[in-house]
Amino acid sequence: MRWTGKVWKYGDHIDTDAIIPARYLMSSDPDALARHCMEDVDPVFASEVQPGDVVVAGENFGCGSSREHAPIALKAAGISCVVASSFARIFYRNALNIGLPILVCKRGADEAQTGHRFEVDVRGGVVKNETLGTTYPADAFTPFVLGLIDAGGLIPYTRDRLRDGVFDGLRGQATKEQPKRAGQS
Amino acid sequence: MLQTLAERLLSSHAVRDGQPLALDAQRSIHANDLLEVRVDRVLANDITGPIAIREFSKLGVETVFDPDAIVLVADHFTPNKDIASAEQTALLRRFARAQGLKHFYDVGRAGIEHVLLPEQGLVRPGDVVVGADSHTCTYGALAAFGTGMGSTDIACAMATGSAWVRVPESVRVEYVGELPPWIGGKDLILYTIGQIGVDGARYEALEFTGPALERLPMHARFTMSNMAIECGAKAGLFGTDCVTSAYVTAHPGPPLCVRHTEPWQPDAQATYARVVRLEVDALEPQVARPFLPDNVCGVSELGDVCIDQVVIGSCTNGRIEDLREAGDILRGHEVHPDVRCIVLPGSQYVVRQAAREGLLDTFLRAGAAVSTPTCGPCLGGHMGVLAAGERALSTTNRNFRGRMGHPESEVYLSGPAVAAASAVAGRITSPEEVLR
Repeated sequence: MRWTGKVWKYGDHIDTDAIIPARYLMSSDPDALARHCMEDVDPVFASEVQPGDVVVAGENFGCGSSREHAPIALKAAGISCVVASSFARIFYRNALNIGLPILVCKRGADEAQTGHRFEVDVRGGVVKNETLGTTYPADAFTPFVLGLIDAGGLIPYTRDRLRDGVFDGLRGQATKEQPKRAGQS
Repeated sequence: MLQTLAERLLSSHAVRDGQPLALDAQRSIHANDLLEVRVDRVLANDITGPIAIREFSKLGVETVFDPDAIVLVADHFTPNKDIASAEQTALLRRFARAQGLKHFYDVGRAGIEHVLLPEQGLVRPGDVVVGADSHTCTYGALAAFGTGMGSTDIACAMATGSAWVRVPESVRVEYVGELPPWIGGKDLILYTIGQIGVDGARYEALEFTGPALERLPMHARFTMSNMAIECGAKAGLFGTDCVTSAYVTAHPGPPLCVRHTEPWQPDAQATYARVVRLEVDALEPQVARPFLPDNVCGVSELGDVCIDQVVIGSCTNGRIEDLREAGDILRGHEVHPDVRCIVLPGSQYVVRQAAREGLLDTFLRAGAAVSTPTCGPCLGGHMGVLAAGERALSTTNRNFRGRMGHPESEVYLSGPAVAAASAVAGRITSPEEVLR
């Protein structure tokens, strides 16, 4: 999982309304969402972004709503990876779940500017700024998250476990509001 | 062995390979452990549900794990604002019918999800609830671990009855002193977010406590827990007490619903990441200025801020007590001629109760518009979208750039009393000024 692309640099607290405004959430079609990605903070992003480009941001990227439309829009726009100083937790989950690579790399994010070229190795956790000639280690993923990445996201990961019967106990239980059987008080 | 409330709630639901953990294994679970937890409710709405349904269909199972545990609420773009949103709700409706879901709430029987679920008794103390809506943390007010996730997580929870979580570290927020008049849950949580910042509790759980919150009414607790996400928190939790018990008794829920009767409190001397102590004796009504919910100040520090629109309602402040607070100020007054005031009751129950109490009449006489329950303008969806250059004061939860409409519009946040007073004055002001 290694990509090279142009950096699109943004600041702290880029919220999910900025990544994809709610006025476009009548659709969950990835291409329709991609056309409006980052529209209110950077009107040229959606038309000029190239496959493989990297979004680089400051603290708390993706704060706000739980809308999965945000990582879907970035992925469909062609973004290969988001590198940030930190991520809001729901966005972090959502990105990994749908297979949008993300890396926490504070120094790499701080020193990058729009137009720089990044080479990103997600599995190895390395960010290289080719323009500055610098290399940064990203924060390591937990083994669980690496498992998710290797599986290709939460859906294939869960599908395999469902097939293996891991959840049969939970799926087979009495329903939450099942009527009591006759004879029970 | 000592556990915070978040650790207690999550460990009590921990499963390994689909089987519950033994009690001693539960009690040894602590912050940063990665768990699979059984979920009591799984929630989605008309925006997040369609993606969850699409992803669910890729999982290789025909049915959800328990048709009584899934709750789908059509509340964001409903009553449907256009064809595209109507198609999304239709998808939700078809899925609910095909799966035999008991808890699908459609227009006329619905409400804003986080007002509706507690009111219907669908969330109980001790529950773990995952929802494809970031304000699912509202249920922390009932000592339930409610947390927001994305649609893919919710698809998997619908299929497996479980979700993966990292047990969060906890921040204990202690409120000391006595609440001054007009200070409610919204003022407390805005003040808190202003103090710790929009990422002040990122990946952590907030535990709200302290003498100032003793006997704090449930609606104010819902408001506080609701906005835990606005400082990045995974949950915003209250322990149970007599206020919780009274609420649970008054909202019994489905007749055969599992009852949790034990008290839910953190263990004394559990380990916290931090303790934040906040004095509230001198607190004045709080307002968050654009464009982040931590840009907070007291209403008197604002200066002259004229407004074009006031929104009273939402999952944050759309409960009957919130409307009573606004009604007490609007009664006998008129909305300023330059202001549109929009009242959005949080559920069918709230609308009916407001009608019974004469509140709807009060709002209508004052020159306010009253809507059927919907998330509507909170997210710039419909029912009060802002034009370029317009400014709103809203009892909702977010004031990001473009949140309520045009990217060059502005949203200020406050509680219902300040919102109602400001609707009358035409600029942001305190309730005292209008009632003087």
